[in-house]
Amino acid sequence: MKSIYTWAAILVIVLTSTTGDILLARAMKRVGDVGQLRRRQGLMAVLGRVLRNPHFLLGLVAMACGFYSLLFALSWGDVSLVAPAAASLTFIANAIAARIFLHERVDRRRWIAALLVAGGVVLLAT
Amino acid sequence: MTFRKYLVLVGVTIFAAAGDSLLSRGMKEVGNVSLSHLSDVILAILNPWVAAGIVLLLGFFAAYMTALSWADLTYVLPATSLGYVLLALAARFLLHEHVSPTRWLGIVLISSGVGFVAGGPPRTHVTPHTDAQNSARNALVIKSRNS
Repeated sequence: MKSIYTWAAILVIVLTSTTGDILLARAMKRVGDVGQLRRRQGLMAVLGRVLRNPHFLLGLVAMACGFYSLLFALSWGDVSLVAPAAASLTFIANAIAARIFLHERVDRRRWIAALLVAGGVVLLAT
Repeated sequence: MTFRKYLVLVGVTIFAAAGDSLLSRGMKEVGNVSLSHLSDVILAILNPWVAAGIVLLLGFFAAYMTALSWADLTYVLPATSLGYVLLALAARFLLHEHVSPTRWLGIVLISSGVGFVAGGPPRTHVTPHTDAQNSARNALVIKSRNS
């Protein structure tokens, strides 16, 4: 029974942190190359653009939820399961979500990379 | 991809790895935080390791956002995972800890995954109108009006 709770917690972590990453990435794609923007209009303009972007603020909230759900899960779950499972599943969830919501072309090269990294994270943590 | 952009990706990797390790070292000194004493989390900032870790993680966040402004999420994310490799290598060569064959295999998998992505383009689609492009266009319009 306890393992169901652990996997539910892992699912919550993966969903919240993927949502956060997608929202932040969408915000930054919208803002555009911050290096260019800074040279042209200065650092304050960049900060203003980023901080006024609603996707950025929502992304921060989602990231914070992900971080706190990880902390809660770690406080009662098995660290050697929760941390690597959440990290590696987030890589795969991000590849799927980036393809759907950000229209990134996740070609075979990037799929293989996502799977290799996800597997590597699991091995490193064991 | 310019040299400066590679530097930003290196920053993402190093800030994340160093920030996480400082934070975890500090939290070990602070000890268990129970749900009934959530204020302990706020007081944890007073620990110098935790404070330094938070500063580095802020640096990570700035570098991460910068990278996402010109590269795909699926391009930047594997770079963050190189941090795990850095930590394992630091454990082996700086702290002289034993790294098991399974973990070496993990290092090889992550590194080859990063190599796969780094060989491709950082951006696979064009966002129609970014703020940066809009401001470039506005600057051109103003310039042509003035001349």
